[in-house]
Amino acid sequence: MALLEVKNLKIDFLTHDGPVHAVKDLNYTLEKGKTLAIVGESGSGKTQGAFALMGLLPKNGRASGSVMFDGKEILNLPTKELRSYRAERIGIIFQDPMTSLNPYLRISRQMTEVLELHRGMSHAAALAESVRMLEAVRIPDAKNRVHMYPHEFSGGMRQRVMIAMALLCSPELLIADEPTTALDVTVQAEIIDLLVDLQEDFNTAIILITHDLGIVAGTCEDTLVMFDGRVMEYRKTADIFDKPEHPYTQGLLAAVPRLDKKVDRLSTVSYDFMAAKGEA
Amino acid sequence: MPGLTGKDQVLTDYANKLAVLDAPKGRSLTQDALRRLSKNKAAVVSIGIVVLIILVAFIGPYFVPWGYSEVDWTSIRKPPDFDKGHFLGTDQNGRDMLARVLQGTQMSLIVAAVATVVSVTIGVIYGAVSGYFGGRVDSLMMRFVDVMYALPYILFVIILVVMFGRNPVLLFVGIGAIEWLTMARIVRGQTLSIKEKEFIEAARASGAKPFAIIMRHIVPNLSGPVVIYATLTIPEIIIAESFLSYLGLGVQEPQTSLGTLISAGAPVAEVLPWMLLGPAAVLVTLLLCLTYIGDGLRDALDPKDR
Amino acid sequence: MSASEREPILKVRDLSVEFTLGSNGLFGGKKILRAVKGVSFDLYQGETLGIVGESGCGKSTLSRAIIRLLPASAGEAVWLGRDIQKMNSNELLDLRKDIQMIFQDPLASLNPRMTAGDIIAEPLKIHMPNIGKAERAVRVAEMMQKVGLLPTMINKYPHEFSGGQCQRIGIARALITNPKLIICDEAVSALDVSIRAQVVNLLMDLQKELGISLLFISHDIAVVRHIAQRIMVLYFGEVVEIGEAEQVTMDPHHDYTKRLIASVPVPDPKVEMERREERRKLRRAAAKAA
Repeated sequence: MALLEVKNLKIDFLTHDGPVHAVKDLNYTLEKGKTLAIVGESGSGKTQGAFALMGLLPKNGRASGSVMFDGKEILNLPTKELRSYRAERIGIIFQDPMTSLNPYLRISRQMTEVLELHRGMSHAAALAESVRMLEAVRIPDAKNRVHMYPHEFSGGMRQRVMIAMALLCSPELLIADEPTTALDVTVQAEIIDLLVDLQEDFNTAIILITHDLGIVAGTCEDTLVMFDGRVMEYRKTADIFDKPEHPYTQGLLAAVPRLDKKVDRLSTVSYDFMAAKGEA
Repeated sequence: MPGLTGKDQVLTDYANKLAVLDAPKGRSLTQDALRRLSKNKAAVVSIGIVVLIILVAFIGPYFVPWGYSEVDWTSIRKPPDFDKGHFLGTDQNGRDMLARVLQGTQMSLIVAAVATVVSVTIGVIYGAVSGYFGGRVDSLMMRFVDVMYALPYILFVIILVVMFGRNPVLLFVGIGAIEWLTMARIVRGQTLSIKEKEFIEAARASGAKPFAIIMRHIVPNLSGPVVIYATLTIPEIIIAESFLSYLGLGVQEPQTSLGTLISAGAPVAEVLPWMLLGPAAVLVTLLLCLTYIGDGLRDALDPKDR
Repeated sequence: MSASEREPILKVRDLSVEFTLGSNGLFGGKKILRAVKGVSFDLYQGETLGIVGESGCGKSTLSRAIIRLLPASAGEAVWLGRDIQKMNSNELLDLRKDIQMIFQDPLASLNPRMTAGDIIAEPLKIHMPNIGKAERAVRVAEMMQKVGLLPTMINKYPHEFSGGQCQRIGIARALITNPKLIICDEAVSALDVSIRAQVVNLLMDLQKELGISLLFISHDIAVVRHIAQRIMVLYFGEVVEIGEAEQVTMDPHHDYTKRLIASVPVPDPKVEMERREERRKLRRAAAKAA
């Protein structure tokens, strides 16, 4: 049985100017311990599509369809029930680590709290576990750094702390929303490589949401390309990069300048397929 | 040699063509905000009521049988009497309360409007200059504001009155000169954050002079907080005016204002309730409506609108 | 036509920029942050020089010092034979006509209260105040066409445009005074991939057509290599490498450049697997060295 099965997911936002259909029809399945990349540009609905699973939509958002997690329907569950999923079985990493780190509390406090609450650990055990987790995300001198405040870490280190916190309860699914967009290129590579290693160590299923096709290439087994709230292409990553089928994916791949190939002129994405679809 | 070559003519023609060229007007942020405001029922109703109060206050006196300083010796301290045309009764001197309420509303509105304009003008320019230049200029200008704050404004107005004699204009200036302090602080804070925006840097990079940047790029973008604060200042000014008039520093008899009327009516409210009810009702309605308008404007002008 | 035979339009020599950080109270000594440390380079007419570096490496500070939005603490920047630091106000005005900037955030770099037409026309009003309203309108309309905007959009406000269109407005504003140099400060970083390609192409086309020079600042070395003939790599305020784009990207000399190049993701799963191994080796080597 698949760990996560999303079927006919639709998300609407009620705005002043009428409803906006952010996600029109989203379907995918994720097996245990596998990785899926959801790629799209801004406004494609990639983030909303993943946040809806967790009941993290803004107040004016409505989701419909079905999301089966480990055989149970979790879409639109009451917040109380979702919260236990969020803490123990599904971890999230945000683009900006400061959104989920409390600037006024030491890292140790923020990490041990989770363990004490959800695992019933003693404080000493929880602290040891927190240090172990920080070491797992390769934070040097974790023993001492665990007592620091979030602002005392650099951007890349902060993102590592976030990952460590997300992995604390060894969740079965990790949702990473643009985890490296705010980071420098060299740090981005470190974080992505770290995620790949952790995925192997912890056997966590990962949904990686990104706009950057480059970081998807070496990371995820499956790739789902979204545009305008719809799935354009959903196949094995290797196949997509080898032979993109959808004109949008083709355009997207050709529009990125690459270090390993020199072109005189970047090709741009053509949206002709939209018109063709409209007529059909 | 534009005249000789006819280049000017050609250009003008082309420009005219551009003008008729179907170039639709954009929706400015202000229009957007007004559209949102128009959907806010409480604010729309409040605006209607305020407009109505303004119209009645200024046009009404021409249709009222009695003047505000006219004494009717036959009815002193009388409740509403429709036969004689005292629709709201009369005061202790036999003057028609309706006429006095209309005149008082007029006076309060004028004071509020003039003082608000004064405080907004001074406050916006002062705050924008202080915030934009920053550093030492900013420290100096803001210390001056602090000093002014520390000065009790009653004292300030008394000094003005002693120096220039009693004059309603002085009242406007005195209140406006105090109210701009808060405005200047608010504007300075906003300017500090707008100054960091890229479009200011873009203007500086293309060689715009500081004054042009302040007037063209900073001040228009301040309109949100300024408008909101201004609507909230009006009630404050009306109350300040009432207070000063009560002390005998403001509007003088036989002229009156809402504040003066209320302070006259309050002590006799038990025996002559109509002397308090009329002006109090107008004042409360006015303040309530202005608050709703301020709230509505804040929601409408909030740039991060959902 | 070899670039080195000509006289550079911009000569930067040992340029440094320092910031004084506020002292803590009465007794805290003032801290000095050296954001740019002794940077030197030449820029020739019609050339694109890419400046690459991570956040905080001083690349934006450097660009602002070149147009004297920030004071340099040492060294000089010579524009067409005149030292920028010593320019009087008239010369400075000329400088700001000749050097224009394009900014990172397409929407934030446009005044939300002005129409697209007013925004594009503003530099004209500053630098050519004697041209009439009619001619100004014509120039704005022509420029809008040139950057791929419909002249009928002239009365629209920034929030009615998409991100890519906003950046086109920014480009039109930069081009309207016929500048000799445009500084693009992360000009395409905030744009979506598909739009980024369009804007990059537009910049390259315009440069070819108008013969302007570009200083193209970005953290994305792949984009820089595509657009620039030469690349300068900045690291903690210092130039660690400067050279032909092909040489810097294909055969980097400095360790930091090597690490940077290895970190850029390549959209090809097989290549990327190999590069990951390479990165691990580099990182291990760096850890050993430290």
